[in-house]
Amino acid sequence: MTVFCLVELDGGTVDGGAAGVADVSLRAITLARGLAAPGGLAAVVFGDPPVQDLAAHGVTDVYAVSGIDGYAPLAWARVLQWLMSEPANPELHESAGESSHSAPELPGRHAVVAAGTERGNEVLAHLGAITGRPMAANCTQAVDNGGDGYAIVRQRWAGLLLEEAVLEGPTALLTVATDAVAAVPDEAGTTATVHQVAPSVDGSDLVVRAVETPAGAGGASLATARVVVGGGRGVGSADGFGPLEELAALLGGVVGVSRVVTSEGWRPHTMQVGQTGTKITPDLYLACGISGAIQHFAGCSGAKSIIAINTDPAAPMMTRADYAVIGDLHAVIPALVAALRDRAVPNG
Amino acid sequence: MEILVCVKRVPTVGGAITLTADRRAIDTKASGFTISPHEECAVEEAARLVERFGGTVTVVTVGPAVAEEQLRACLALGASGAVLVETEPGVEVGPIATAAALHAVAAAGRFDLVLLGNEASDTGDYQVGIRLAHLLGWPAATGIKALAMDDAAGSVSASRTYRGVLETFALELPCVVTVKEGINLPRYPSLPGRLRAKRAAITRVPGLESAGASAADVRMTSLRVPDAPKKQATVLGQGAEAVPALVDVLVELGVVS
Repeated sequence: MTVFCLVELDGGTVDGGAAGVADVSLRAITLARGLAAPGGLAAVVFGDPPVQDLAAHGVTDVYAVSGIDGYAPLAWARVLQWLMSEPANPELHESAGESSHSAPELPGRHAVVAAGTERGNEVLAHLGAITGRPMAANCTQAVDNGGDGYAIVRQRWAGLLLEEAVLEGPTALLTVATDAVAAVPDEAGTTATVHQVAPSVDGSDLVVRAVETPAGAGGASLATARVVVGGGRGVGSADGFGPLEELAALLGGVVGVSRVVTSEGWRPHTMQVGQTGTKITPDLYLACGISGAIQHFAGCSGAKSIIAINTDPAAPMMTRADYAVIGDLHAVIPALVAALRDRAVPNG
Repeated sequence: MEILVCVKRVPTVGGAITLTADRRAIDTKASGFTISPHEECAVEEAARLVERFGGTVTVVTVGPAVAEEQLRACLALGASGAVLVETEPGVEVGPIATAAALHAVAAAGRFDLVLLGNEASDTGDYQVGIRLAHLLGWPAATGIKALAMDDAAGSVSASRTYRGVLETFALELPCVVTVKEGINLPRYPSLPGRLRAKRAAITRVPGLESAGASAADVRMTSLRVPDAPKKQATVLGQGAEAVPALVDVLVELGVVS
């Protein structure tokens, strides 16, 4: 089976440097690899493809799409539809069909996989609508069941619940949860063939197109930050965030907040971590004065390590953290900032 | 301006989620019901547009008869009409069938704008708005955090952030827009609003036997609560005295050199 993976790029657009594959797309490729027949994992990149990165993760064919200026969700979906339609791609589909794979290759089965981001979910929903096929968002597992479709596991309630389901039909359109599947390089991955494609797209598919302008600090850096210092009700006021921001700067991270902080107007919604805010996947989440509502866990459970600071040792955030400090953040954080500053100054 | 807002009745999830014995639904014996925060913002955005341009806000849901409760809550917030596409209690309606049911309602009116939450808080399918837009033949923008209507109410500028970049989409009306929490701060229902909502008539559309219901879709077989990480938090200490231990942990985790 051939699997097409819509790849999102990281950086490169703002500062002119070469773009890499976004971490969320490497996670999606890792899940897609489990579905693909050997030689049947194709990446679709709108822009300059980071070929080595893709090959190292098992991608065998890279489609570098040019001729579409900027992000236009419906046009991107049309390109994916065109790529997965067999007549458009005799070469690729033949090679996948002829592979000497031990498992029986079922005819006519394809998958299109993307990361469960704003763009990934949007493009695949358009693809589902124009092909009339079902689409499953935010999957954590997908297996061809060899019969009526694909056995999948997907997130509900932003990951607070898992749904086991059948994605019906021979074509699987799915996105991969951004915080639940690890990106794993493919040991057998070596090289990928690059195909330059410039499909013709109808003007009507370009009507909705993003105009991009730099945004202020906020949501996006929160989603990709390696360290997030979280503040909740315990911070007490808008002014109370000063020490947390200082700490975040010292740790090379950013500040995130719980829902109560944004509904109190202490900080903007772009900084909110949780089901209706941003999902974070840092190496460290340092949660200060956050009791830990279930919707907040939906946003931070992708953190590798959690340290909680709270006056209430029984708060859910304290019991689900890796490390806990029992105490008032207003005492702990300034002391921590001072200690880190002392470390930074070489002892005379 | 005629606006249709689509909402969904979902359980109010507070502490831990518990499932029914058959593991096909959330046990709601002890919980209330609500709509998602994104949808509350969609209703608020519609109410503000109508305050500026005139017109009406109609709210629609595809759900069981008891979803009337959520429609009345929306009527108290400024909607003036409500439509309930009634489904069998306990039967999940997938995203394709939901879009088909909403399409029947949207196409029967003369709407300039359809607003939805970016995703329902329970199933999180991330596609109903786009499928509805395709059925209507209208443009769509999703995940929107700021909406600016031009003075002639002929087009709208819709934006969101993506990887540190502000993406702005220009759409001609009629169009479909899915919004996210943060686009506005919803108002509390007024007393006159609540009284009006109590008396308001709700248009009931019988359960759908439309084409969408039998189409291939994502069919849930069972639900499970993910294993909570079996963590026993290591207590580093009390108050500022814990700071040396805290610094050691930061070094161990590699965030401090």
